[in-house]
Amino acid sequence: MSENRLTNILVPVFAVILGIIAGAIVMIISGYDPIAGYSALLYGAFGDRYYIGETIRQVTPYILAGLAVAFAFRTGLFNIGVEGQLIVGWLAAVWVGVAFELPKVIHLPLAIIAAAVAGALWGFIPGFLKARFRVHEVIVTIMMNYIALYVSNAVIRSVLSDQGFKSEKIHPSASLRSEFLQSLTDYSTLHYGIIISLIAAVVMWFLLEKTTTGYELRAVGFNQHASHYAGMNVNRNIILAMVISGAFAGIAGAMEGLGTFENVSVKAGFTGVGFDGIAVALLGGNNAFGIILAAVLFGALKVGALEMPSAADVPTELVDIVIALIIFFVASSYLIRLVLTRFKKEGK
Amino acid sequence: MLNILEIIIPSAIFFAAPLIFTALGGVFSERSGVVNIGLEGLMVIGAFTGVVFNLTFADQFGQLTPWLAMLVAMVVASIFSLMHAVAAISLRADQVVSGVAINFLALGLSLFLVKMWYGKGQTDQVQVGFDKIDIPILSKIPVIGPILFSNGYLPSYLAIVLAFVVWYVIYKTPFGLRLRAVGEHPMAADTMGINVAKMRYIAVMLSGALAGIGGSIYATIISRDFSHATISGQGFMALAAMIFGKWHPLGAMGAALFFGFAQSLSIVGQAIPFLKNVPTVYLLILPYALTILALTGFIGRADAPKALGTPYVKGKR
Repeated sequence: MSENRLTNILVPVFAVILGIIAGAIVMIISGYDPIAGYSALLYGAFGDRYYIGETIRQVTPYILAGLAVAFAFRTGLFNIGVEGQLIVGWLAAVWVGVAFELPKVIHLPLAIIAAAVAGALWGFIPGFLKARFRVHEVIVTIMMNYIALYVSNAVIRSVLSDQGFKSEKIHPSASLRSEFLQSLTDYSTLHYGIIISLIAAVVMWFLLEKTTTGYELRAVGFNQHASHYAGMNVNRNIILAMVISGAFAGIAGAMEGLGTFENVSVKAGFTGVGFDGIAVALLGGNNAFGIILAAVLFGALKVGALEMPSAADVPTELVDIVIALIIFFVASSYLIRLVLTRFKKEGK
Repeated sequence: MLNILEIIIPSAIFFAAPLIFTALGGVFSERSGVVNIGLEGLMVIGAFTGVVFNLTFADQFGQLTPWLAMLVAMVVASIFSLMHAVAAISLRADQVVSGVAINFLALGLSLFLVKMWYGKGQTDQVQVGFDKIDIPILSKIPVIGPILFSNGYLPSYLAIVLAFVVWYVIYKTPFGLRLRAVGEHPMAADTMGINVAKMRYIAVMLSGALAGIGGSIYATIISRDFSHATISGQGFMALAAMIFGKWHPLGAMGAALFFGFAQSLSIVGQAIPFLKNVPTVYLLILPYALTILALTGFIGRADAPKALGTPYVKGKR
């Protein structure tokens, strides 16, 4: 293994360790017991079958949101709009789930495809504006998040319900819920979505690493000018990357709509899953396998945190602080790299 | 018609004030070449500090409390923005990522402290707010006096005055020239003896200070308490106002006033005959849709500072 690759693995590991230590320091300063806090967290994430089921359920959309952010990142684009693409995907999936009655083999895939198309469309707009008008995708995707939030709320109120605040429950033929998985995990909300998200991770890996399209996307990410000179259509690749990224995000929304909640309700604010996807992608090094690991970590942190107030009296927000610091340390990897090279030099 | 204006215009100014402060902060940071997506988080810190200070010291300071709360929020938020500065300037982190981390951290930390201190997810209501005033002389002008200068909050007027001050600082002083130079071409600025890192640190901390003021004003005047939903998107809307205003202080102020207008329409619109039938969703998405259009160039081309988002590494070409 080359030294560079070793550093690439060490940076996220160090970032996680530093983040957890910082969380412990915050707990000590605030007068909480960090050992009680973290053991409650661990128990709340993996303590028994029910908690494991809940953790896997939380990991499901995280993997997909992480893949969405990472896919755009590999083409040199920063998709902060995963949140909005997820919301429209959720809406589209539930819409199809409520509006039609079809056999499961058609209905379920149709609902998921609808979510992917909605997310892809929401990703297409910033992609197109970037390719055609050179508008920075970060700002456009932030704006598209708010438009998604308000538009989907309006649709839920006026189309999917009669001025109510949530849609009807989707038909069982569109549901991802599974009696089998639920009984296996002591009636948690675990559903088949995890299989879909793992397949999506494989699809992303294959698409990026093993196909010509993926090669072009990565090339554009490395150097637009060189790719253009080599005869690649840079603009087409930018749009394609955003569309695929949006499709992943839309499917993440379908996981919530068809599996976890089985409906869609008016939201006062964002779900947070899309933003957490940024953390997942960064920590996972924008690589499909790394993303699965990072999603498991963040999913466990989020679900485990729910146990902390009752068992150790620590507010759940501690986990948000830890996640924020982990992103910070990954982003400031220059510091970690500097320390690592310093150690290596002294070792020689 | 005049009655309608008397409802809409003051409430537009009322909603715009926090946006103006924060957007001006954004102008400082981005003009120096540092992207600041963390404005949202800095507003959260400002709102949190302002509300906690106000609740804690209202008995001691009486009517002075909201002003002192604003100053404390300004200081705390500018210290908090140092994290973004260190990561983005000294550690060469991706500025967008670091800003995202600031947003996460601000909300996590402030809610953590609220739960620790108040034992619940939101604070109590602030009891001492800013007083409504009529500006002396100006409010006596017929027609526009009652609409523009009566029954408003002093911070709203301060925000508008500040926009002109910031314009003067950025375009008419040596400091402003250096700030813009650092954001357009840091290497050239460095060659001329300007300390690029120092200028950028100052700019980011100014953006923290102004976003802190914006956040505390929002919390004191509009939401009157602090919870997870207090600053939902105000910081991003300020960011939008800054871009819509083409990175210019007066443009940013104009855009913020317009966005404040759209926000107030979505709330008071129900009371106005010809707007009653317009679904509020259109008014809610208007600021965001307009920003996208502005960026696309349909409303005049908007160009960001050239070195925006790139860390400056000495000696690297």
